[in-house]
Amino acid sequence: MFTLVDLVQPDNLAEAYQILSDKRNNTILGGCAFLKMGSKRIGTAIDLTNLNLSYIREQAGFIEIGAMTSLREIETHTQLREYFNGVLPKSVHNIIGVQFRNGVTVGASVYSKYGFSDLITALLALDTEVELYKGGRMLLVDFLNKPHEKDILVKVWVKKNNRKAAYLNLRKSASDYAVINVAVSKLDDQWTIVVGARPSKAAIAVRASAALSKGKLSVEEIEGAAQRAAEELSFGTNARGTSEYRKALCQVLVKRGIMEVLHANQSDN
Amino acid sequence: MQIKVTINDKLVTWDVEKDEFLADTLRSHGFLSVKKACETSCCGLCTVWVDDKSVLSCSILSLRVHGKKITTIEGVPKEAEEFARILTAEGAEQCGFCSPGFIMNVLAMKNELVNPSENEIIHYLTGNLCRCTGYMGQLRAVKTYLGVVEG
Amino acid sequence: MKSVGQSIRKIDGMAIATGKPVYTQDLATPNALVVKILRSPHAFAKINSIDISRAEKMEGVECIITFKDVPAGRFTLAGQSYPEPSPYDRLILDEMVRYVGDEVAIVAAVDEKTAFQALKRIKVDYEVLEPVLDFEQAVGHSTVVHPEEDLSCNFDIGLQKEKNVASSFTEEVGDVEEEFKRCDVVVEGVYYPQAQSHAMMETYRAYTYLDHTGRLVVVSSTQIPFHIRRQLARALQIPASKIRVMKPRIGGGFGGKQTGSVEVFTAIVTLKTGKPAIITYDRKETFSCTTSRHAMRLKVKLGADREGLIRAIDMEVLSDTGAYGEHAATVLSCVGHYTLPLYNKTRAVRITGNAVYTNKMPAGAFRGYGATQGTFALESTVNSLAEQLGLDPTEVRLKNISKEGETFLTGQGVLLGSTSLDRCIRKGKELIGWQDKFPSREIGQNKVRAVGMAVTMQGSGIANIGTASIEIRLNDDGNVTLLTGATDMGTGCDTILSQMAAEILEIPMENIIVSAGDTDTSPFDPGSYASSTTYVAGTATIKAATELKKKILEQGAKFLGVSPEDAEMNGLAVRSVSGEQEIGLAKLAELTILGAGKLQLVGYATHGSEVSPPPYVAGFAEVEVDQETGKVELIDYVAVVDCGTVINPNLARMQAEGGIAQGIGMALYEEVRYDELGKMATNSFMQYKIPCRKDIGKVRIAFEESFEPTGPFGAKSIGEVVANTPSPAIVHAVYNAVGVKINHLPITSEKVFLGMQKS
Ligand SMILES: Cc1cc2nc3c(=O)[nH]c(=O)nc-3n(C[C@H](O)[C@H](O)[C@H](O)COP(=O)(O)OP(=O)(O)OC[C@H]3O[C@@H](n4cnc5c(N)ncnc54)[C@H](O)[C@@H]3O)c2cc1C
Ligand code: FES
Ligand code: FES
Repeated sequence: MFTLVDLVQPDNLAEAYQILSDKRNNTILGGCAFLKMGSKRIGTAIDLTNLNLSYIREQAGFIEIGAMTSLREIETHTQLREYFNGVLPKSVHNIIGVQFRNGVTVGASVYSKYGFSDLITALLALDTEVELYKGGRMLLVDFLNKPHEKDILVKVWVKKNNRKAAYLNLRKSASDYAVINVAVSKLDDQWTIVVGARPSKAAIAVRASAALSKGKLSVEEIEGAAQRAAEELSFGTNARGTSEYRKALCQVLVKRGIMEVLHANQSDN
Repeated sequence: MQIKVTINDKLVTWDVEKDEFLADTLRSHGFLSVKKACETSCCGLCTVWVDDKSVLSCSILSLRVHGKKITTIEGVPKEAEEFARILTAEGAEQCGFCSPGFIMNVLAMKNELVNPSENEIIHYLTGNLCRCTGYMGQLRAVKTYLGVVEG
Repeated sequence: MKSVGQSIRKIDGMAIATGKPVYTQDLATPNALVVKILRSPHAFAKINSIDISRAEKMEGVECIITFKDVPAGRFTLAGQSYPEPSPYDRLILDEMVRYVGDEVAIVAAVDEKTAFQALKRIKVDYEVLEPVLDFEQAVGHSTVVHPEEDLSCNFDIGLQKEKNVASSFTEEVGDVEEEFKRCDVVVEGVYYPQAQSHAMMETYRAYTYLDHTGRLVVVSSTQIPFHIRRQLARALQIPASKIRVMKPRIGGGFGGKQTGSVEVFTAIVTLKTGKPAIITYDRKETFSCTTSRHAMRLKVKLGADREGLIRAIDMEVLSDTGAYGEHAATVLSCVGHYTLPLYNKTRAVRITGNAVYTNKMPAGAFRGYGATQGTFALESTVNSLAEQLGLDPTEVRLKNISKEGETFLTGQGVLLGSTSLDRCIRKGKELIGWQDKFPSREIGQNKVRAVGMAVTMQGSGIANIGTASIEIRLNDDGNVTLLTGATDMGTGCDTILSQMAAEILEIPMENIIVSAGDTDTSPFDPGSYASSTTYVAGTATIKAATELKKKILEQGAKFLGVSPEDAEMNGLAVRSVSGEQEIGLAKLAELTILGAGKLQLVGYATHGSEVSPPPYVAGFAEVEVDQETGKVELIDYVAVVDCGTVINPNLARMQAEGGIAQGIGMALYEEVRYDELGKMATNSFMQYKIPCRKDIGKVRIAFEESFEPTGPFGAKSIGEVVANTPSPAIVHAVYNAVGVKINHLPITSEKVFLGMQKS
């Protein structure tokens, strides 16, 4: 059962962070959907509602997304549906339902580094940074690789550029966690291939991305890159699929992702 | 702790526990249309509106709706009845347990989307599970309600 | 007909759709004690000791019950007519716990929080025993799930508890082995339909209190009020006359609520404390501590001649009944009952089977009741046969299916009263576009589309066992009350029965009050299961209404001074045939029932059927399979239904669409899984995925009416038969798409992918 002892709504981040650090079981609240499923007894729950962290805004070449922004806002945001071929809205499209996405937050989704995350996979294929209250601003990839430290995710920065991107996934049923998800993007000649729900957290297939960036994008090269991605990344087994199946899917979806980005590029040029 | 909310256009003050969720608060105050069918935010039966947006009342801490406007199906009787007439004429309320949450989301959709396509309708309503009807009758009812012509 | 055959809105439709407080939990008083259960963390264990002292002392804890505090007599929770053919293998709480989730202690407290805290303070010392988790290893396992001496059964159902066999079954007509020798083609297959969860939206719940005479009142979300009363009387060892069970609106049942999963826990609390109490299972308990469909292994062998006439069928069934034997014997026997009669060109058929105990959640009744599993296995094998013979599978069906007026081998000479299955098949072919689409076609981008099909049957009520009684009375104001024990769970039977009564009485439905599901006031009805309500209770309704109408006409004729033959109904009045005189029902009632009349007019009937006429479905699936990933997408599902006369087209369609969707869930998504220690892994809607709106493609229903001579207005049943075709039809379609035959449900993309790798 979900229990908490106290709930506070601090007026500034410093105070929020102070309370968070005070006790081990003090906890930041996002939309509570995930927290609610746990049985951990929360000491002081910290509600960030008063900190105006729900926004998607564009400035200085970046799109800033506040931690308390809901996934539904990502999904319906007019510009986000345009940028990067709408990869961010697409990535959250399948998560449970509209009411659910109206409640759950970007901050929690990114901070929690869920292995199954659809959003992280898509963000990782873009030029994304996160801003932590204590840890400061860093690349998303660095954040994902950093050991867990209690902090507050304040916002996500996505560099506004001409990246083309695609997001693909395979689910056993429409509102399940993904068996695997893939995001592929291309900026100028540089490709990024990301695979998530392996089922561990999303990672960039560095070598496959590099190889693809160097080549001429022949069918063989594309298939080779897809195969390389499947080989360089590790896959695990859980109730949704075995590692072997994930590996095979990775290859198929990466290939399709690359093709989709190429098509997007062509239709743009 | 106390919260002040506008529930179905009435301003009220309620005592709530710190870890109480809105669905339970609403039920304990007699808004029994609000149903729950899961603990994992998956079913949509508990759908109500907070500030006119569909949300899962099972997953929102009551303290966090302080100062907000809450709407349950009891608060939109005319609209609910209008749609329920179509739904029941179709026979698409079977056990009816999922219907109030479903209707709230249908009404929210009507307010939010302009001329939605069949796929957009299905997408909007995906978070509302129903084990009885197989969804087809609900879809026919929604299309009738929105005047979507058979494509 | 004015009422019958019309898509009339359900009489409770607007109330339930708009959220009126009409379900069990809505009716409980706020001060009811909250009942929670402490459950076994072990799949099999003996309780050495329980220490409740720390919990008992807590403020707000009203009572804690352990196995030491419950009556000693064993019982079954199966909702079946007495004497039940299920083993009496339960106690309210037992010293042995037989699955993860089995009940260890009952706690009642003033609120939920206190109850949960109390649960945490109970200390139990277990002797952990080795469980039987694999049902294929159960027979002869060194662990005996039910070693107790006092286990019993009303019938010989083949129970051999020392071997973990809850029930065994054999039926054979002709010599199967000999017949196979004569067949030109013999095909075999082994099939594994999985355990499925009912997953009704309203979880299990019951509210109990003592009334002004000290009787126990049980308000429960149940399909079986009368059986619950009897179960409680036996379990609690109190007279049934001290118990009243009422069923309010129900948020779905599907057979789950044909087992008394919760009532006994809150009833015992109310008896011990004298206070109102409510138990509300959460989703996790609903998934892991109630019942599911029986998982089975079915070996099917089918023999046919070159023309495709099926001559011999042999089925061997192993059914997993889990920790307790509710419905074990009957579900097992229904596997054959509801499949073998489909095809009657056979010369020999045999079905043998065991239902075995394991240390998992018990299986129970679930829409389809053995027919679902049997259909999956038999129809998949018939599809293999068609392929071997190079025949169109629809043609093989048309050649072999039983026709009107015919008998079948296991049918003991009973003639088939009605079937339009041949028309259903033809219509289904047309709707799905079989001619163009069978078996498959490539559509580019590594996608293939293909179609598949299956047929099925069920019963309508249980022949010679199921009965229903209906009372219809004329009220003092000229309205009519229909009393029934049938239990509407959203299925619409309150509406269907009043449609029938209105038709016979020739009055508008608005003038009929339905009073249902209350053991104090309703005439006996076993409850809504076995697809019995429309067929059995419907016929009782016609009889009762006919009797009442006769009485009304007689009484009316008296007042009009004409002979009863010269009187007829005219709206809410009786008039002379000549049309000259008329007396309104209100006046007639006033003069008859009040004051000097001294005569309450009542129509009353009990009906039971000697046959259980089968409804049929021909199901057709079109799928799209991704050849690179194995992903299966259901594009279109057509089900053509023969339920006899369609009493209410909309409600029938909704039953069909819902049943098909549940079948699609079983075919593609749903699976009750356990971890290696026997703990259920699929105990939430996130781990157990019922289909959502995007998962079912397009489902289309058509009706091909037949006329069942023994049915009310020619009707049969529809509630269950609709659940059976999706698994075999979709498996068939996937096979036709990519040549991979899935025998282990559900069909997952990974299984299809692996199959493609192999071939
Ligand atoms: C049933 C279910 C199904 C889901 N399916 C999917 C899916 O298919 N794909 C997918 O991508 N996601 C899925 N999710 C995850 C979902 O999208 C959210 O990411 C998740 O629920 C967390 O969001 P929340 O707002 O509910 O966070 P909460 O439950 O409130 O918080 C989650 C964690 O994040 C911490 N936290 C919250 N905000 C911050 C912050 N600003 N800084 C630091 N820490 C913070 C909390 O302390 C907590 O530990 C699913 C979740 C659920 C419950
Ligand atoms: S109760 Fe299931 S989503 Fe709220
Ligand atoms: S009508 Fe019963 S769950 Fe939807």
